[in-house]
Amino acid sequence: MAEPVVAVVGAGPAGLRATQVLVEAGLCPLLIDEGHRAGGQVYRRPPPGAERPASDLYGFEAGRAQTLHDLADALAPRIAYRPGTMVWSIAKREPAGFALNCLGPQGHGRIAADRLVLATGAMDRALPFPGWTLPGVFTLGAAQIALKAQGMAIGRRVALVGAGPLLPLVAHQYAKAGATPVVVLDVTPVWAKVRAAPRLAAMPATLAKGVWYMLAGALRGQPVRAGVRAIAVEGTSRVEALAWEDARGRRHRVPCDAVAASFGLRSEAQAADLAGCRFVFEPVTRQWQPERSPEGRSSHPLVYLAGDGSGIGGADVAELQGERTALTVLADLGRPRDAAREARLDRLLARQAGFRAALEAAYPYPHHLVETIADDEIVCRCEGITAGALRRAATERDAHEMNRLKALTRAGMGRCQGRVCGHAAAEILARTLTVPVETVGRLRGQAPIKPIPLREPV
Amino acid sequence: MSGLFQRLAPRLGAAIPFTIDGMPAEARAGDLLLGAILLHRRALRRFEFGPGERAGYCLMGACQDCWIGLADGRRVRACTTLVEPGMAVVTGGVGG
Repeated sequence: MAEPVVAVVGAGPAGLRATQVLVEAGLCPLLIDEGHRAGGQVYRRPPPGAERPASDLYGFEAGRAQTLHDLADALAPRIAYRPGTMVWSIAKREPAGFALNCLGPQGHGRIAADRLVLATGAMDRALPFPGWTLPGVFTLGAAQIALKAQGMAIGRRVALVGAGPLLPLVAHQYAKAGATPVVVLDVTPVWAKVRAAPRLAAMPATLAKGVWYMLAGALRGQPVRAGVRAIAVEGTSRVEALAWEDARGRRHRVPCDAVAASFGLRSEAQAADLAGCRFVFEPVTRQWQPERSPEGRSSHPLVYLAGDGSGIGGADVAELQGERTALTVLADLGRPRDAAREARLDRLLARQAGFRAALEAAYPYPHHLVETIADDEIVCRCEGITAGALRRAATERDAHEMNRLKALTRAGMGRCQGRVCGHAAAEILARTLTVPVETVGRLRGQAPIKPIPLREPV
Repeated sequence: MSGLFQRLAPRLGAAIPFTIDGMPAEARAGDLLLGAILLHRRALRRFEFGPGERAGYCLMGACQDCWIGLADGRRVRACTTLVEPGMAVVTGGVGG
């Protein structure tokens, strides 16, 4: 019998570790990655010509990044590696397995696979605020990618806003690289961090790094200002200033030409949806994600999941899950099991899960802010659909559920397929209907999951 | 005209000539189109469903905000496309 074909989708920390385990077991897996170079977004590797020393690019994580890049280079000749390739649709194959429709450097192609390991990562979560569609407002991840992949800053005077532990990190990276971060604003309350502190101490090294970035910012004269409200970008055709209200109700304004904003992370899960995985609502971060067992199984017997694409855990968790999930694949293929290795990974993952829960409690997703979004504010940035249009669809046109809302308003139907607006639109719909957000459901994934040129022969 | 982005890490690689709306511009080996344009301009394209201009948003190929046209008829996602010598970017005159 021929060796089974296992296709790993995504070459970030999770996908690379999964591939490594499969190769060590003697398989020749496929590794399909949209990135031109392996490493994912967190350890994004600059294109040829733009390389810089790892210590400049990844700071404290330089060792981990270098290790993964070296791993990717060592794996490449031993696998079927398809960089720069997007899986835009997944079809069932008879009697079992999948046909992956891909678009890569050589155009369209169809790849057959018996089993899938989906390690598709995450992106920043967006929440609309006045001025957020002006040119110069980016995600926090975008600000990091500009720096890591291109050695560029998104502006000359950059404001950082949102919710999450990465704000002081990016401010530090920008300051260190010679850019000018002008202010760091966190909309989550101080008390949430104080209350979560004892549980965060379960991972002292990680907590210490976080505290270090906060202190570095304070020493620069830029402490993180927490508990801020009413963030608004000012400017008519470009970013001119950022205004906000502090925890004591005083108004502030700082001139800037770029803004990096992020309100947590959302799983990139369209591929899992097309592969037929069941989704579950994750109540802490308030998002639908493909159901994943601790061993890495999805609800589909031939689909496995690892990393942020199936639950936000960060890069270290992604590496552990990639390894753990691939061991499950091998077990399901009837290969001999290494119980001690599985148990060690399960222990490490359990410890990380406790820390993650504390981190989510320290930086809760500020979903209540959708109440403050004015009716004329754009929510769907692809097609310019406003919050008012969404609210009217709920009250006047009986939109009870996200796909109905999409059909009536086109929110989520644009080029990004709701990646950017989906979560905010769900919160707006739920608030308008006064129902829990999980009852309005989620946008179904549709092929192609990203735009593909028609001119390419399919 | 001054751009939105600023280059912090000097690039030793070869200069790559390209044009933005017919105006000569210069990029460096390893530059993605998005950064190469935003070093010179403050936006990439007009927003087609209302007033205003756009300059991209996520830089990781997810939000699809940075699709732009080239003079040869191609449409490309600026954040995942490397600059090639002679590329002729058509923005419609935005970001000045």
